[in-house]
Amino acid sequence: MKLRLPKITVWRAIFAAIMLSGLYATYVRIFYGLGGATNLSDKFPWGLWIGFDILCGVGLAAGGFTLVAIVHIFAIERYKPILRPAILTAFLGYVLVVVGLLYDLGRPDRLWHPLVMWNPHSVMFEVAWCVTLYTTVLFLEFLPVVFEKLGWHRPMAWIHKISVPLMIVGVLLSTLHQSSLGSLYLIVPTKLYPLWYSPLLPLLFYVSAIGVGLAMTIFESWHSSRAFGRALELPLLASMARVLAVLMSVYLWIRFLDLVHRDALGLLLQNRTETWLFALEIALMAVPTVLLYQARIRFSPHALYFCAVMIVLGFIANRLNVGITGIEAGSGAHYFPKWTEVAVTLSICAAGFAIFRIVGQYFPIFEAHSSGHASAAVEEREADSVGVS
Amino acid sequence: MPKAILYDSTLCIGCRACEGACAERWGLPYNDKIANEERISAHKLTTIVTHGDKFSRRLCMNCLQPACASVCPVGALQKTALGPVTYDADKCMGCRYCMQACPFQVPSYEWAKRLPRMRKCDMCYERQSQGKLTACAEACPTGATKNGDRDALAAEAQQRIAEKPDQYYHKVYGLSEVGGTSVLYLSAVPFEEIGLRTNLPQEPLPMLTWRVLELLPDVVSTGTVLLGGIWWITNRREEVARKEGRRK
Repeated sequence: MKLRLPKITVWRAIFAAIMLSGLYATYVRIFYGLGGATNLSDKFPWGLWIGFDILCGVGLAAGGFTLVAIVHIFAIERYKPILRPAILTAFLGYVLVVVGLLYDLGRPDRLWHPLVMWNPHSVMFEVAWCVTLYTTVLFLEFLPVVFEKLGWHRPMAWIHKISVPLMIVGVLLSTLHQSSLGSLYLIVPTKLYPLWYSPLLPLLFYVSAIGVGLAMTIFESWHSSRAFGRALELPLLASMARVLAVLMSVYLWIRFLDLVHRDALGLLLQNRTETWLFALEIALMAVPTVLLYQARIRFSPHALYFCAVMIVLGFIANRLNVGITGIEAGSGAHYFPKWTEVAVTLSICAAGFAIFRIVGQYFPIFEAHSSGHASAAVEEREADSVGVS
Repeated sequence: MPKAILYDSTLCIGCRACEGACAERWGLPYNDKIANEERISAHKLTTIVTHGDKFSRRLCMNCLQPACASVCPVGALQKTALGPVTYDADKCMGCRYCMQACPFQVPSYEWAKRLPRMRKCDMCYERQSQGKLTACAEACPTGATKNGDRDALAAEAQQRIAEKPDQYYHKVYGLSEVGGTSVLYLSAVPFEEIGLRTNLPQEPLPMLTWRVLELLPDVVSTGTVLLGGIWWITNRREEVARKEGRRK
C-alpha cells in the first residue's frame, strides 16, 4: 500500500493556517460567548460577521440569480457556459451566509424561530424567509448537476418540469432580500452617516448586487480557467463587462442624484474619516466602470479581471461602510473586529473557495470539462489551484 | 389607559433609590460599585447620570411605536396596550436588531453568557398590570420619578412648566420624539445638556421601514407577471424560430 501525502504548497499552508485559526476561534465563540469572541458592545451590536459575512456574502452570491435571469428568462443562451459556476457560487455563498449567521446569532440553536414565530413588520423576518427559500431554490437549481454526474435521468426530467417557475421564484426572492438588506438600515436614520443613509437604500443595494453579481462571475470565470486549465470565455465576459459598465454607471448616477436631493453633497467637504471611506468606495467602483467602456480593456483578460476585482472591492467597501464604519459616529462607539471575528470570516471564505474547487473538479460545472487534456492541465496547475482558495 | 413615567430632573437628588429598587425587582446584584456605573447594561437596567449639578435618568423609553418591536423578526418584543414594551426571552434568537434599531440605545446584551438574552426595562409590566406602581416610582423619595396615566402625566408636566416657568426648560421631552415615548422628561436646562438625544425625528421610526415593506405584495405580483411574461415572449420567439427551421 502506498500512502500519498498531499504536496505541501504555500497556498495549502496558508489555507491550513486559516482553517486552524478558525477552529480555535469557533472554540472561543462557543465557550466564551459573543463577549469573548467579538469586540461587540451594547452600543455597537453588529460587527464584521453582519457587515461582511452577511451583507457581502449575500451580495457576492448575486451572480446566481442574475445569470439565471439572463440565460433562462431573457433567453440569452450564449451565456449558458458560465451559468452553472454562477449557480454553484450562489449556492455555496448562501450556505456560508447561514454558517456565518450561526456564529453571529446569540442563540444559534434558534435559527429556525422566524419560520415559526412571525412578525411581518420586520425586515429581518422577510430576509430570513427569503434566504431560507432561496437557498432551497438554489439547491434545486444545482441538483441537475448532481443528477447529470450520477446519470439519473428520471429525476432530471422531473426537475426540468418545474424549472421555469423555480427560476422565476428565485429571481423574485433575490430581488426581495437583496433590496431588503438595504431596508434593514432604514430604521437607523440617526445612526448611519448621511453619506450612506438614504430612503433609496433598498434600490441601491439591489442594483449594486446585480453589478457585483456580474463582476463576481468574471472573477470566478477567470480563476476557474486558471485552476482547471480551461480557455477563458473572453468574448462572453467582455460583452458582460459592457452590461456591467452601463449598470454601474446607472448605479453611480443614482447615488449622485440621491446625495444632491438630500443636500448631502456638502458633507464631502468635511475632513472626516467617513468622507475618505466614501471617496475610496466610489473610486473603487467608478474607476473600473470608466475603464470598462474601452474595448481594449474588456478584451484583455488581465485588465478585465482587475476591473472586476475593483468592483467587488468597491462593493465590499460599500457594505462595510453601511454596516460598520458609517454607524460608528452615530452610535458613539468605536469598533474594530477581534482576531477571532477575522479568523472566522477568513475561514468561511477559504472553505468556500476550497469547496468550489472540489465540486468543480468532480462535478460537471464547466462545459467540456472532462477531456483528458483538461485533467492533465489540472495536475500541472496544482500549485495555482489552491490559489483559488 | 396607557401608563407612563414622568421624570423631573429638577426634583431629582441623585439618591439612586430607583436603581436599587429596579435591581431588586429584576433580582440583580446591586452594590456601590454597580451604583457608580453610570450607564445601563445587562445588569443595570436603569441608572442615574450626573451632569455637573444636574441629574438625569436612563431607562427604556417604552416608545409608543417602538422600533425594537417592529424590527424583531420573531416578535419577541411587544408593545402592550398598558404601555410597557415587553420581551419574551424564550422567543429571542439573539440577532440584536432591536439594539441596532433603538434610537435611545437602550437594549443591552448578556455578552458574556453562553445562552445570552437581551435585557431592558419593561416599565414593571407585571406590577403595573396588577395596579401597582413601577418599582422606581415607588422608591423615589422626592417624586422625581412619577408613574401614572400618560395623558395625566403629560398634562401635569405642562402644568409644572406653566407654574414655575423660570425653573424649567419650556419643553417636555418624550411627547413627540420618535412619535412619542412612555417616559417623559422635565429639565431645568436644554435636554442635550442632560445627555438626551435631541436629533431624533418626530415621526415613528417603524414608518420608515413600513413604507418600503408594504410595497412587497406589489413587487411580488408585478414581478411574477413581468418575469413570466418576458420568459413567455422570449421562449415563443425561440419556438417560432425552431418551426421556421432556422437556428436562432
